[in-house]
Amino acid sequence: MPPPPAPAEIETRLHAILTEHAGLEGPVLPILHAVQAEWGHVPQETLPLIAEALNISRAELHGVVSFYHDFRDAPAGRHMLKICRAEACQARGGKRIEDAARAKLGVDWHGTTADGGVTLEPVYCLGLCATGPAAMLDGRVVARLDETRLEALLSEAGA
Amino acid sequence: MSALKVYVPRDAAALAVDAEKVAEAVMAEARIRDIEVDLVRNGSRGMLWLEPLVEVEKDGIRHAFGPVGPRDVEALFDADWGEHPLALGPTEEIDWFKRQTRLTFARVGVIDPLSLDAYEAHGGLEGLRRALGMTGPEMIEEMKESGLRGRGGAGFPTGIKWDTVQKAQADQKYIVANADEGDSGTFADRMLMEGDPFSLIEGMAIAGICVGATRGYIYLRSEYPEAIHVMREAIRIARARGVLGTSVLGSRHAFDMEVRVGAGAYVCGEETSLLNSLEGKRGVVRAKPPLPAIEGFLGKPTVVNNIISLGTVPVIFEKGAAHYRDFGLGRSRGTIPIQIAGNVKFGGLFETAFGMSLGALVDEIGGGTASGRPVKAVQVGGPLGAYFPRDLFDTPFGYEEFDGQGGLIGHAGVVVFDDSADMLSMARFAMEFCAVESCGKCTPCRIGAVRGVETVDRIARGDAAAIPLLTDLCDTMKDGSLCALGGFTPYPVMSALTHFPDDFHANTREAAE
Repeated sequence: MPPPPAPAEIETRLHAILTEHAGLEGPVLPILHAVQAEWGHVPQETLPLIAEALNISRAELHGVVSFYHDFRDAPAGRHMLKICRAEACQARGGKRIEDAARAKLGVDWHGTTADGGVTLEPVYCLGLCATGPAAMLDGRVVARLDETRLEALLSEAGA
Repeated sequence: MSALKVYVPRDAAALAVDAEKVAEAVMAEARIRDIEVDLVRNGSRGMLWLEPLVEVEKDGIRHAFGPVGPRDVEALFDADWGEHPLALGPTEEIDWFKRQTRLTFARVGVIDPLSLDAYEAHGGLEGLRRALGMTGPEMIEEMKESGLRGRGGAGFPTGIKWDTVQKAQADQKYIVANADEGDSGTFADRMLMEGDPFSLIEGMAIAGICVGATRGYIYLRSEYPEAIHVMREAIRIARARGVLGTSVLGSRHAFDMEVRVGAGAYVCGEETSLLNSLEGKRGVVRAKPPLPAIEGFLGKPTVVNNIISLGTVPVIFEKGAAHYRDFGLGRSRGTIPIQIAGNVKFGGLFETAFGMSLGALVDEIGGGTASGRPVKAVQVGGPLGAYFPRDLFDTPFGYEEFDGQGGLIGHAGVVVFDDSADMLSMARFAMEFCAVESCGKCTPCRIGAVRGVETVDRIARGDAAAIPLLTDLCDTMKDGSLCALGGFTPYPVMSALTHFPDDFHANTREAAE
């Protein structure tokens, strides 16, 4: 089923984004990042317009969007908590923090709390490997997580 | 009275442990006491267990205090930044720092990363100025003589790669800096970009002038927002000051660059998948040949180098190839910024000549585990690197030396685990990670990783017959995968199985549980 046509305000804003990125070599990722920054996800209805502007097929564009972990097809919660699951954080007790966060939020990886407050995503390395366990809340990095610091982080996110 | 010069790092590792609040507290306290403070937001000195590491300059010498929390600031002012339990003495006299040979990281943590004047005052742009007086082939000779090899992990001689691109005929060539530092246990690229971004810009400009490329891209992972911010600012400044643009430092050479942000795919650290991603495609791996040096970004000859490789180029040109080459061991020349991480007491970035033993790095420099328990295993080279047991701790840090022990140095990350680590779980995680991150192009990686997780689970349930199956699967992945993701995932898996067999056998597992 084709996606619904884009509402006028999406189309106007998208047009501006496409114009901003005109002339770039390899513009697809910068455009998708800009779209996600605008709407918090990559709305389905933007895809036909982006594909047309870049002269690629919708299938190809869908392939690109779905390949990358960063691009979401639906909005996330109001806050995005990413917890590092990689080896260096594991070696510093990261598993305990992962489990505590999942239990406290009541969601598994990629899940969003029932009130739409927090989305929990795994991340594989934030480059804070000597001061783990590490996490990122809405783009801000936090390290040396223990139960107390996690608690503070979660309450900051309203959970 | 002159202003009190205070340094509070802006490196992400410091920001993640409240450096911003410390900086605010310093300024607030200074206002209350009516003390004039000149606050410099530097990169990190690399002693990450001491972050936030605050430095105060006294009589031209920088004194370190750490780890400083926002609540310590008042007492530090009370003590006039002198005797205090957090005082560490002159920063450069701290043994951990003093034992290093800092060439690539000479300026990191020392200067304000966004001050081009400070950069130049510390030897910056001298390499580029020298390079501008050389011919392309002379520059290639300099690179070859330095012995610099790809610091991303593959260890391919950088000079030879540049030579290929220089000789290729094309109307457009590119320099691509691979800042998709996804390996767990590594943060050298991030620290260099956040702490000394102009060195990367200078290295890329030298590379561009050498091979005849006028455009450069830094492919920077989205997990590094601070590095993205600093790098973009630095490029803007370099452009305004004529380091980048149509006439690099007033020469006849043009070179400009921009940052491109990745989108969370680990495999895009592989150079061909990175190029596809940069072009706006799925980040799937390309078969080689053609080499990117011949057909790279948009089909044009492209130098794809790691951040540390490119960030080391300026010092090679500044001090001469021989100066760099004279450090090192065997075919591993120069210095290597080793990242000591995981469950370790003194973790951080330790730049030293190749040749130090793994044991010295873990026990002497790293000080053993943070938990105080015995070291069980050390993973070297990221998620695709082997787990080394204590028996192999005499292995010297070098490309060939690690290869000879069934391992790899990769991007030089060293992750320490204590005896509570279950190596079967770590083997399973390696397969799970490969399954999550596989680009899907080749079967051994795409399917093999999934079967690998299942096979490790069978072993965990006590099915000993699955052990030879896992070995066989690892052989297939190693020999049949298109790139290092599928090809090297067997390193952590097989090293765990070989060196820690007790963790894989049902009777010993039960005894442990």
